[in-house]
Amino acid sequence: MFDALTDRLNDVFRNMRGRGKITEDNVREVMRDVRTALLEADVHLDVVKSFVKEVTDKALGAEVVKTLHPEQVMVKIVNDELINLMGPIDSRIPWVAGGPTIILMAGLQGSGKTTTCAKLAKYCLDRDKKSMLVAADLKRPAAIDQLEVLGEQLGVPVHAERGHKNAVKVCRNGVGIAQKKLIDVVILDTAGRLSIDDELMTEIANVSRAVSPHQIYLVLDAMTGQDAVNTAKNFNERLELDGVILTKFDSDTRGGAILSVKSIVHKPIKFIGVGEKLDRLDEFHPDRMASRILGMGDIVSLVEQAQQQVDVEEAAKLEAKMKKGDLSLDDFVKQMDKVMGGRSLKDMLKMIPGVGGMMRDTDMKIDEGEITRMKAIVSSMTPKEKTDPKLLNASRRRRIARGSGADVEDVSGLCKQFIQARDMMKAMAGMGMRDRMKFGTQFAQQSMAGGKMPSFKAKTKPKFKPGRKDRRKARKRRSR
Amino acid sequence: MGLFDKLKSALGKTRDKVVSSFKTVLPFGRKIDEDLLDDVYDTMIQDDFGPATADRLVDAVRTAWKAGDIAESQDIITHLKQHIVAQWPPAHRDLAKADTGPTVILVAGINGSGKTTSVAKLANYLKKQGKKVALAACDTYRAAAVLQLTEWSRRCGVDIIKHDQGADPGAVAYDACEAAVARKADILLVDTAGRLHTQDNLMRELNKIQRVVEKKIPGAPHEVLLVLDATSGQNAITQARSFSEHVTVSGIILAKLDGSAKGGIIVGIRDQLDVPVKFVGLGEQIDDIEPFDPETFVEALFAE
Ligand SMILES: Nc1nc2c(ncn2[C@@H]2O[C@H](COP(=O)(O)OP(=O)(O)OP(=O)(O)O)[C@@H](O)[C@H]2O)c(=O)[nH]1
Ligand SMILES: [Mg+2]
Repeated sequence: MFDALTDRLNDVFRNMRGRGKITEDNVREVMRDVRTALLEADVHLDVVKSFVKEVTDKALGAEVVKTLHPEQVMVKIVNDELINLMGPIDSRIPWVAGGPTIILMAGLQGSGKTTTCAKLAKYCLDRDKKSMLVAADLKRPAAIDQLEVLGEQLGVPVHAERGHKNAVKVCRNGVGIAQKKLIDVVILDTAGRLSIDDELMTEIANVSRAVSPHQIYLVLDAMTGQDAVNTAKNFNERLELDGVILTKFDSDTRGGAILSVKSIVHKPIKFIGVGEKLDRLDEFHPDRMASRILGMGDIVSLVEQAQQQVDVEEAAKLEAKMKKGDLSLDDFVKQMDKVMGGRSLKDMLKMIPGVGGMMRDTDMKIDEGEITRMKAIVSSMTPKEKTDPKLLNASRRRRIARGSGADVEDVSGLCKQFIQARDMMKAMAGMGMRDRMKFGTQFAQQSMAGGKMPSFKAKTKPKFKPGRKDRRKARKRRSR
Repeated sequence: MGLFDKLKSALGKTRDKVVSSFKTVLPFGRKIDEDLLDDVYDTMIQDDFGPATADRLVDAVRTAWKAGDIAESQDIITHLKQHIVAQWPPAHRDLAKADTGPTVILVAGINGSGKTTSVAKLANYLKKQGKKVALAACDTYRAAAVLQLTEWSRRCGVDIIKHDQGADPGAVAYDACEAAVARKADILLVDTAGRLHTQDNLMRELNKIQRVVEKKIPGAPHEVLLVLDATSGQNAITQARSFSEHVTVSGIILAKLDGSAKGGIIVGIRDQLDVPVKFVGLGEQIDDIEPFDPETFVEALFAE
């Protein structure tokens, strides 16, 4: 759904990469494009303006100039700001102890209230909570029938009073019945209304006053344009919302409303609707949404890691070495261990923007045993051999194999791999993003075809597949 | 109340609440400069024109200003009005009509955009013109959708052809065409289920409905009307494009124009696709529909 925005940002950052360093002019130019991309995504104008200012300030303030890949740092800044804009969010529903939790649903016509009510009932069902639906949309023809059909599908009771005109009464009665029947959650479906329709806004305010709901949610179509903010503001003025549920997220909308609502109305997005079926209601996670907006794989965590583990100076040195192509095996293994530790080559390549999607089916693992073995191999080399593995003839390889307890084949494989990687890095150091992506895939294919190698192995069935415990260990180590 | 007043009053309601409307950014007699053009751009964005269209229109204004054709804020409104209105020539806005037999109008759109209500309004509108109208309930998917249309058919006093929920919408369309011919209906309005333009299987289903209609009645469907929600943002352009790829969209109904959104997306859509707007929806009641009139639309957009 965010594809188009992602593409735009990708383009923007790709162009930037071509320029090498970030200057104030660069940043401003890039941010003009980001601004257009966000407007195309229906982010509210005011939000776009402050977002762009915020990011520009941060980018100019940060030491992006010195870093390995300035565009990656920019991505991280944009990403962090996006998360800021949408979060923090607690998407759980605060249940009320010892009485029905009353949830009032409100929104414009056609936003998806009725379906979302049923989805919430399903959500309750899955959590062993008894829920009841109240049909208080007394305006749209067959709205009551619609809710009854959905209730029946779920086996959830529906309170309806046909022929009634007074939504306040219907809701009050519904809540009363729920209390008697020891229902855990009452969900009130109301008629769609325009936020500028005074009469109907007064009606729903009266409903709210009559039943004092514990949670009031605004249901908003994710495809809404600039008006999303006005609507949310108006509803919030009359109802004091507790959250917003965005619907129809399974479309290709870029969903700018999501960015706007929290920052202007200061109400969290609680859930997103991602399909017509009643189980298609997801909790909302700002971080996931932000990386979805950016669609840049794990680049953010790569940058985070790199920042933690490789300090700026060292990175600069490394970059220089990479460029000249005189990276040593020592550097290589050290870097692999630091940046990749426990990660598969696939993961590593996924971090390069644009490569992720192409890598789906390959399963190339580099396990911790192999890293250890590589370290052992390298430590059995002389300093000269470390910088110039071409020196390694058969007898030297045998010596190293003996010294490190590895196979001769492993030693050969590592050398070959290292030379390949060094060439790749040398080439990549001077490349734009697009070329890097191409290169990355080629490299992956080569490694796959490369047969027996100690690292970067292409396996259909990996010798060692990290179990959940190992992965958790690896994650812990990375996050340290 | 005529369309103009209705629109104006609907738009007027929000006008007061919106901080920067054309009225406030374009005070009478203000000399044009880049700041003013920025304000015009911002206002267009807030009206959902979208950045590309807003850019294009502001560029046009700038060119006219640089050329000395316009000088003050009020000229901008006149200039834009001409520019925008010219995009919708009157001939494009009439409903097509069958030479003989029933005219079939297929109504499609995403979920909740206002299809069923628009079908009801159109039925009423055409019936008032003395046409014999029948409805086809091809939304067999959404809960109680058939009941909803049935209720409208009762209120309008027009025929409805329907199957049970869950039936094949193609089969309903088939029966509806036969019934429309047999009962000598002038107009057959086909309501369809809401579907996202990204749901390929459902878009193919829509195409199948169109093909059934094509086979049953030569020349049909005479109109395929896409119902767009006036509150929607730039995604509406994608909707219009995708629906056009699957069925022969011949016009747009812009529903919910009585809300606080101004429906600026149709300007953007007109910029990119050759699909005219035929009707606007202005409320939930059966009479709340008007043929689209670009003069009035733009007038109301810039009204003080
Ligand atoms: N204010 C206003 N509401 C409208 C307008 N047209 C439709 N509605 C309302 O929008 C809601 C959805 O309308 P429907 O006609 O059921 O929409 P639909 O596209 O058929 O919906 P699905 O079949 O569920 O996809 C209803 O509450 C209508 O009353 C309009 O022009 N103005
Ligand atoms: Mg419908």
